[in-house]
Amino acid sequence: MSWMAWTLPTASFFVIIALMLVGMSIWQTVSPGHQRKGFLPISTTRGDRLFIGLLIAAYAHLLALALTGWPLWIVTLVCVAGLIALLKWG
Amino acid sequence: MKPYNNKAWWLVLPVFVLVAFSAIIPMMTVVNYSVQDIFDPSTRYFVGTEWYREILSDPRLHDSLVRQFIYSFCVLAIEIPLGIIVALSMPRRGLGVPVSLILLALPLLVPWNVVGTIWQIIGREDIGLYGSLLNGLGVDYNYASSPRDAWITVLIMDVWHWTSLVALLCYSGLRSIPDVYYQAARIDRASSWAVFRYIQLPKLKNVLLIAVMLRFMDSFMIYTEPFVLTGGGPGTATTFLSQTLTQMALGQFDLGRAAAFSLIYFLIILLVTWVFYTAMTHNDDKG
Repeated sequence: MSWMAWTLPTASFFVIIALMLVGMSIWQTVSPGHQRKGFLPISTTRGDRLFIGLLIAAYAHLLALALTGWPLWIVTLVCVAGLIALLKWG
Repeated sequence: MKPYNNKAWWLVLPVFVLVAFSAIIPMMTVVNYSVQDIFDPSTRYFVGTEWYREILSDPRLHDSLVRQFIYSFCVLAIEIPLGIIVALSMPRRGLGVPVSLILLALPLLVPWNVVGTIWQIIGREDIGLYGSLLNGLGVDYNYASSPRDAWITVLIMDVWHWTSLVALLCYSGLRSIPDVYYQAARIDRASSWAVFRYIQLPKLKNVLLIAVMLRFMDSFMIYTEPFVLTGGGPGTATTFLSQTLTQMALGQFDLGRAAAFSLIYFLIILLVTWVFYTAMTHNDDKG
């Protein structure tokens, strides 16, 4: 695996993503969710909302890097809060 | 109630393994590279988000991105209407159908590098059919020295290569419209324009969305044809994103920066694909 040039931050990132996917699968099995309409302009499933949240988070981090000098942990915290809000009310 | 049998999932397992080795593991490696300065496999240093910061403020990326969007926009603006016109002009029955289908499929079978080479010769102002014809008509045309001519040639080459894909998709969409719609239009004495506007175009909507998505993605990732035709020049006039990326990764062997660039590139494509996909499925949801 050394050819993949692993680092602790990137390994942690992928573990979190994998845990999210496993968690969402378990959640869906235990309590099946359905497509619904929240504050987003389209009706979405839980998986859609997770994907939208992650995509927004990726762009938010890039924008913060490009336009501001903010520490990235602040952006990450805002994105986590946004993701939770999106999953609940999106 | 009979329980579901999930054994069929084992049949999907080979695809998962294939996707893991062809896409997911390479993607993870690119993410790992993007946060490191790599000199050789055993000498690498963690640099955090440094490459992303540099790439995002790199004027080369900005210029390539602008060129890429303009190029993809021009490709769509030309190929989609032209593909519709070609599909509408194609015969619906008789020998003309297989003949036109084969003729339209031919450009799609030509490999990308061969298309570049063909147009490199056709565009030459001394011996090329297109180049010498234009110069003979008094038009000062030279794609090797004029950015405008290089752009026109790259666009014409793409139109020649890919319009038939749009036409074939539209043709399949047109053939799927039941005859009763046309019969109703004839009873109402609808004009050709009315038939197109109120019957054919709405029925083509989903096919057109697929065509737009395919052509956008492909034109946004274009590499081989302009590379063979112009080499990205004159200057950097036809240097698009993928060529800038290749120069960075293979020309300069700047793997960390190239990895960060690749991920930003990937995110742009992912966003656009998602927007198209949502537009398509949202449309289906509404029926």
